[in-house]
Amino acid sequence: MSRMLLSGNEAVAQGAWEAGVTVGVGYPGTPSTETLERFSKLEGVYAEWASNEKVALEVAAGVSLAGSRVLVTMKHVGLNVAADPLFTLAYTGVRGGLVILVADDPGMHSSQNEQDSRNYAAFARVPMLEPSDSAEALAFTREAYELSERFDIPVLVRSTVRISHAKSLVDTAARVAAPTPEPYVTDAAKWVMMPAMAKRRRIDLDRRLSDLEQFADETQLNRAEYRDAAIGIVSSGVCYQHVREAVPEASTLKIGMGFPLPSRMLREFASRVDALYVVEEADDYLARSLRSFGIAVTPLSLATSGELTPGAIRSAFQLPEPELREADDSLPPRPPLMCPGCPHRPVFDALRKTHAVVTGDIGCYTLGALQPLAAMDTCVDMGASIGMAHGAELAGGLGRRPVVAVIGDSTFAHSGITGLMNTVYNGGAGTVLILDNRITAMTGHQGNPINGIPLQKRDAHEVDLYALVRAIGVPRVRIVNPHDLAAVRSALDEETAAPEFSVIIYKAPCALLVKETPDPFAVVEEACTACGVCVKLGCPAIGKAEMTGKAYIDVSLCVGCKQCVQVCRYNAIQHTGPACDFKGAELS
Amino acid sequence: MSGTSVTTVMLCGVGGQGTILAADLLAKVAAASGLDVKLSEVHGMAQRGGSVDTIVRFGDHVYSPVTDPGMVDHLVGFEIIEAARRIHYVRPDGRILVSATAIQPLPVLTGDLPAPHGLELILADEGAIFIDAEEIACEAGSPKSANVVLMGALSTGLPFAIEVWRDVISNRVPSHTIESNLRAFELGREACQRGECEQ
Repeated sequence: MSRMLLSGNEAVAQGAWEAGVTVGVGYPGTPSTETLERFSKLEGVYAEWASNEKVALEVAAGVSLAGSRVLVTMKHVGLNVAADPLFTLAYTGVRGGLVILVADDPGMHSSQNEQDSRNYAAFARVPMLEPSDSAEALAFTREAYELSERFDIPVLVRSTVRISHAKSLVDTAARVAAPTPEPYVTDAAKWVMMPAMAKRRRIDLDRRLSDLEQFADETQLNRAEYRDAAIGIVSSGVCYQHVREAVPEASTLKIGMGFPLPSRMLREFASRVDALYVVEEADDYLARSLRSFGIAVTPLSLATSGELTPGAIRSAFQLPEPELREADDSLPPRPPLMCPGCPHRPVFDALRKTHAVVTGDIGCYTLGALQPLAAMDTCVDMGASIGMAHGAELAGGLGRRPVVAVIGDSTFAHSGITGLMNTVYNGGAGTVLILDNRITAMTGHQGNPINGIPLQKRDAHEVDLYALVRAIGVPRVRIVNPHDLAAVRSALDEETAAPEFSVIIYKAPCALLVKETPDPFAVVEEACTACGVCVKLGCPAIGKAEMTGKAYIDVSLCVGCKQCVQVCRYNAIQHTGPACDFKGAELS
Repeated sequence: MSGTSVTTVMLCGVGGQGTILAADLLAKVAAASGLDVKLSEVHGMAQRGGSVDTIVRFGDHVYSPVTDPGMVDHLVGFEIIEAARRIHYVRPDGRILVSATAIQPLPVLTGDLPAPHGLELILADEGAIFIDAEEIACEAGSPKSANVVLMGALSTGLPFAIEVWRDVISNRVPSHTIESNLRAFELGREACQRGECEQ
């Protein structure tokens, strides 16, 4: 046993490993990604990135069927994709323990919505555990495997960004061997969910849930802590930690098992405190559940979206506020941006110039929606770009502007292929751009079917993207180097003008994958006419001097990609020396 | 106000500046010194050049991994605009260390918004100590060690033994950069002492 500082994600991986899990599978998504990355590095395990969360859960179902324990990881919106197998796996149950880490993102630090996965547990009728720090992330994950096998059901472990990406101290333990399953025999009544069998498993699911409800009232996962009886607070996950910090004298009922809830324990807690409050973020899941048990919940003035903090809870209880320095609200915002040398940049520069209506997708390239490129009209969900472009075309297009879908390599493998088939099948037109930067970039560089890089060292295969698109039947397909700005533009102009459906694959590695960079460039001040064309690329290494309007390049950021060199008509951007000699461009 | 036995440090900067590694060093030093510790950071989209902060809290027992305005004991700004953006998080008697570096946000670079002026004066008024972290990092032999320079500066106001810092740094950074990082840490300490920022 040793004490380590682990993030919640790392602790879930450790807990799965200690529980004897041999297979891990998932799809990267902030804030869940490091879980499977950590697991993949532990001894004696197999781990893989699946092409999407649905596939990941189906692979896991197969592992479970074969009798081994398995870990599945995804972010909250990934559970939408995996919902189809989840709901029916509640019916079939498991053989080897099946645990799904789902990481929610209250406050939407890196997500398109704030959906609360606790609702999925109740909806799919599968138990859910909610750790409140890394130590519990480890312990609860271990326990989740016991529950999965004991109650014959998949178990969700729900994290949030402040669990997944918070580090705290954890005592690790040795790995135990998972129980050896009985020899496999075909069991159609359990695993073949056609109506006759499903109807029986549906009734059996209610029996298992009833057992779980009883367990919820007995388990140490839920814990009533009686302090001052004036205030009683029910909370779970990181909100429990905020509550303990903000209102230390309050009695608390800490929910560790978010579904099914311990109704008896909740009623008893309610009867022993003067006023019962619920503190939760994202959704009012607990408050609604308590009211359905007939428990009176005293209203509390807390935001109904975004993250909670101890301070927000203190304010809600009208506790003294700290003395504050004055905030400076006048500062310019700092939105995230594409890196210097990013191969996506020239594509959006060209899209902006062609005035295309761009249906976008999920990845680093979604940043193409921001100024100064501002060349993306939509971002909804993984793969939506292609279906939405087809729909916009069906409706007669959007004036004279061409409709272009933009999707990344990993997102295309995740959910773009089905959309592309749909457009081909239904005789659609328009243009799809696949920005193949050879990596799943936004989540921190993971492998995917299009780059063929495996999560662990082993043989893997790269899907031939060009051949795939051709095989689907797209009449016009070409591969273009996105760093060649003239080629980017001419391909876009030609394909959007063509009457047939077309795909352009813009293929070049993510700037962060490029290890050897040429010397940076600098602006020759005398040659610069302050036309501002290079600045409009939105490269963080290029700025516009306040006094002269001329461009300057921060050589400590420049990676020498030459994108700006190609747009400068005055030959004003030239090579310079190495980064540490640079004394900085003065703005003021 | 509770939490007097817990110290809260906020590290802020621009995604990619190494705030996460620095926070990791600090959290490990606190843990190695026998304290409870929690660290909270945000990955993903914000890391792409956006405004980022990492919270490290340590003490006898730490509950929440996050903090609120008016509750931060030490603010370490890896970049001056980001430090100014979070000044209201610092307690009135809190300590403020700021790298003199300014990285202009994209709306300023493109000329859509004016660059903020006078931040050094405003921050100095708030009691900030300025550290030439990037210059010192180059002097230490690695331009990427500015984050460790700032940890050196921060260490002068924290109750942790230098040996613990040195051990944690040596175990955490790539082996060929141990020497330059230890030098960066030492130069950061010296710079802070020159700036008379010990409390």
